[in-house]
Amino acid sequence: MPRFSFLEWPVVRQLRDGDVLGRGTSVTSKRTRSITPRTAEADHVAHSVCPYCAVGCGQLVYSKDGKVTQIEGDPASPISRGRLCPKGSASEQLVNSPRRITTVRYRRPYGTEWEDLNRDTAIDMIADRFLEARRNHWEDVDDKGHALRRTMGIASLGGATIDNEENYLAKKLFTAAGAIQMENQARI
Amino acid sequence: MANADCIIIQGSNMAEAHPVGFQWVMEAKSRGATIIHVDPRFTRTSANAHKHIPTRAGSDVVLLGALINHVLSNDLYFKDYVLAYTNASTIISEEFLDTEDLEGLFSGYDPETGTYDPASWAYSAPGEDGKVADASAFEGQEGSHWTAGRAGAGEAFGSGGPPLEHGIPARDETLQDPRTVLQILKRHYSRYTPEMVTEACGISRADFDYLARALVENSGRERTTCFAYAVGWTQHVGGAQFIRTAAMLQLLMGNVGRPGSGIMALRGHATIQGSTDIPTLFNLLPGYLPMPKAGAHDDFQTYADSIGRKEQKGFWAESRTYAVNLLKAWWGEHATAENDFAFDYLPRLDGPAGTYQTLMRMLDDGVDGYFLLGQNPAVGSANGRMQRLGMSHLKWMVVRDFSMIESATWWKEGPEIDSGELRTEDIGTEMFFLPAANHTEKAGSFTQTQRLVQWREKAVDPPGDAQSELEFLYELGHRIREKLRGSTDPRDRPLLDLTWDYPVDEEGEVDPEAVIAEINGRHETGPKVGQPLSGYTEMADDGSTSGGCWIYAGVYADGINQAARKKPGYEQDEFAHEWGWAWPMNRRILYNRASADADGKPWSERKKLLWWDETAEKWAGPDVPDFPADKAPHDPGDVEAGGAKGLAGNDAFVMQSDGRGWLFAPTGLVDGPLPTHYEPVDSSIPNPLYPQQANPTREFIQDRDNLNAPGMTGDAREEVYPYYFSTYRVTEHHTAGGMSRWLPYLAELQPQLFCEISPELAAEVGIEPYGWATIISPRAAIEAIALVTERMTPLTISGRTVHQIGLPYHWAQGTHAVVEGDSVNDLIAMNLDANTQIQNSKVTACAIRPGRRPRGAARQELVEELQRRAGLQLDTGDQLLTAPDFPEGTERQDIDLQSGESIEETFDLPRHESGGEDQRTTGTEED
Repeated sequence: MPRFSFLEWPVVRQLRDGDVLGRGTSVTSKRTRSITPRTAEADHVAHSVCPYCAVGCGQLVYSKDGKVTQIEGDPASPISRGRLCPKGSASEQLVNSPRRITTVRYRRPYGTEWEDLNRDTAIDMIADRFLEARRNHWEDVDDKGHALRRTMGIASLGGATIDNEENYLAKKLFTAAGAIQMENQARI
Repeated sequence: MANADCIIIQGSNMAEAHPVGFQWVMEAKSRGATIIHVDPRFTRTSANAHKHIPTRAGSDVVLLGALINHVLSNDLYFKDYVLAYTNASTIISEEFLDTEDLEGLFSGYDPETGTYDPASWAYSAPGEDGKVADASAFEGQEGSHWTAGRAGAGEAFGSGGPPLEHGIPARDETLQDPRTVLQILKRHYSRYTPEMVTEACGISRADFDYLARALVENSGRERTTCFAYAVGWTQHVGGAQFIRTAAMLQLLMGNVGRPGSGIMALRGHATIQGSTDIPTLFNLLPGYLPMPKAGAHDDFQTYADSIGRKEQKGFWAESRTYAVNLLKAWWGEHATAENDFAFDYLPRLDGPAGTYQTLMRMLDDGVDGYFLLGQNPAVGSANGRMQRLGMSHLKWMVVRDFSMIESATWWKEGPEIDSGELRTEDIGTEMFFLPAANHTEKAGSFTQTQRLVQWREKAVDPPGDAQSELEFLYELGHRIREKLRGSTDPRDRPLLDLTWDYPVDEEGEVDPEAVIAEINGRHETGPKVGQPLSGYTEMADDGSTSGGCWIYAGVYADGINQAARKKPGYEQDEFAHEWGWAWPMNRRILYNRASADADGKPWSERKKLLWWDETAEKWAGPDVPDFPADKAPHDPGDVEAGGAKGLAGNDAFVMQSDGRGWLFAPTGLVDGPLPTHYEPVDSSIPNPLYPQQANPTREFIQDRDNLNAPGMTGDAREEVYPYYFSTYRVTEHHTAGGMSRWLPYLAELQPQLFCEISPELAAEVGIEPYGWATIISPRAAIEAIALVTERMTPLTISGRTVHQIGLPYHWAQGTHAVVEGDSVNDLIAMNLDANTQIQNSKVTACAIRPGRRPRGAARQELVEELQRRAGLQLDTGDQLLTAPDFPEGTERQDIDLQSGESIEETFDLPRHESGGEDQRTTGTEED
């Protein structure tokens, strides 16, 4: 038990430190004084944009040693002026969630469990299946002889949460392959 | 929005779904603006508004139409603006017949196909009988089996609608001719009265008067009103028309193209705007160019002309140029003038290929493989049960996401595994789960809801096997091309000739700047070869330039990534032109020519934005002019030349082929030129305005698992599904939960599915506050904790009490997320708006009872018990035409009052998983 000191009375401390409203140093604990914010320890700050709704709030992504340590609102953004909603504020957990899956998972037909699979092998298998599905459901012309040049064997869904550049490559590749069934959240 | 004097939020809970954007509403409020929230629920948006007006979901056209009627019949509209910038004075074809004449239908309806021929909605040409509007450039062509009424036709024409031959139709500037748009509008909305609003929307006269007064007092030269909406308007059958009604009202009040005006579409995903501009959508190519249609667009020029003809007014006249640049970007040296720039490499549509049509094809074993790129349809799409069953028919699926979303685990756990309908050991679908990089682990751009393209810097490398879609798609394309190398099959040429040589760094990552540079476009030949385009006006139609998305031309001007500009907002004016880049041409307010009067003078000092600078002979002001910069206000325009040259000095709506804002849409919408109130599909309330009960062009999908509630055809003595629910979002979760239910903070903040019901409804059905409730629709049964609250208001509609239920839709059954709950979208039917192919999620008939839902197989038995009781059949609710006397000579098809005799037939229908003969037809195929 530390010895009682009159000078440590909160109200005295408040007056002594000039912290008249009692919201600054006079109410800071020893522990708080001993720690520094994660933002101060970061070795890199990336200017980013919140990945949730379409308001497009600015984010500052703080990282240290190649790991994201904190995500804050970007005060420079004329849209959000530094603010983030609960989702944007929680987005550091989107990066570091222990429930995030970071390895390829594979389930064989009629299988009951996930299995491991090398990523390179997986992409190769997908490319083979892509071509097979394309062949299986290829349509050259309609019943009146008009060109269709397409396949109905492949479909894709999603795009509103990925980047413009990624949407562009997806549309380009699928269209060239004749895979017209491409949709995203804008239809929902 | 901060500059608005009045903000009307309808079809959106902005404070909770777009909380940070809502600060601008609060900013407007602090500057003195009136904030009004029209919504079935009292929400945080309502709490921050001056007034909350409870309404019945799906009745929006009655309310907005009554406001139109109010401003027209009391001469309260902004006459100078309307005359100068809208088609109010345009004279419509004599053949046009309105819903007032045809009991709720327009002329041109074909009851056989459930579609309209819009020919009679056309503009009249001056001094001749012919029609100006070329309703459907491809209709009538030999062999064309494509109809304007199908396949997302609303978006099939780009943003300006289909072309008019030339821009000067017959007009009556006195607005007295009974065939002028203004007079047609007056007649069309004459019965949309405040009394009708009370009857159809449940809104009191006093509330209507408050709203009307706020709108009128805050519109005109000195003041502006802004509307904001979200999926509360889009997710209806007829949703496109809800939005159009607001657009018409805003045009009448002069609230388009001016500071604090317009209609703010509050979109829900980081780049849902970008994925529409650069579309991963079946019916569009980048920059709102339509996908070509079989039979209709067999050659390139016909295709280009169907979007915009060279001789028409406005920027769509250059449609061929935009298409050439896209083809050149994709097929490089293989796209030449001789081969029409490889136009034949593009696949063709012959009907809708939207997500719901694709689902039906899956169930018919017509689709082998399915890619999911950050979307969770097992939870997020309508009729989740059918979505999951559809997946069980696939050969393989690739799920790219951060965590084990339900669309990846449906074969192992979920409602159908619980009930025994699906057995893991029997499911042949091969599953690939590929971990995705998140927004901090890759550089790239999002386009937010106001068309602002914002670049993100990369912070860290993705962990483990996680990779960006950019890297994955590039690699997939690369391998596909390798595997096809040497192929002589002509069908492989488009893949082999594709430009796919993106620079890759040592870790295999594609440089995203190279992709945005391709999207921007560059000079292919000539003195500037290799240089990026500065804007779309630099595009040529001879192959000397290329550009992947014409509206994005300029985003990489001068070789600088303009989207990556981050000059702080506090160092700039309110337009912040040096923060990111807005398409087109970094304009922040579209159609801003309309911010000045016909003479080029600001409507008022207070609402000044653009003005004609006499000395400099150009448009001046703080925003980039959305108009040819040196075209004087009284320039008559060179009609013969067409395009931008063809625009007159007051043709503010530069994308429209007549340069005017369309109060009346002669083409472009498949369900009528004017918004009209129809009852929701399963509404049991008679349409108070017309004998035609529901939207006669709606698209339905007939399926044993997609039955409709009987609505008007049901037994009024015992309504099985007497209540209506709307789905919505909460602040703490995001859509189907893939990015929120896995985050401990968010899961803790909103751990559980709940339903909002009024104390009156709770008392009526015996539900205790915070007790369990089971909600049953003709598709599914779910359970939720009851939140009994006065925020829900029972309404009196057509003399009866209508109870509405609020249901957030973020949860799903599964063990992988932090929290779980039933999926609300399982309750929803696939009934689609014919313009957009978007499903109705906002008004669905249901039953609600106290207690938890049954477990296992008993859950679906409960659903079927109610189906039987309601006498549901495969075609219940699918009768398109109910107007008795239309068309002439056609007898009314009797509404089939359920006898119950054939009901067993319905119940004996085989389901997909039983492998029985297929019984499904879609509206389209059936027609």
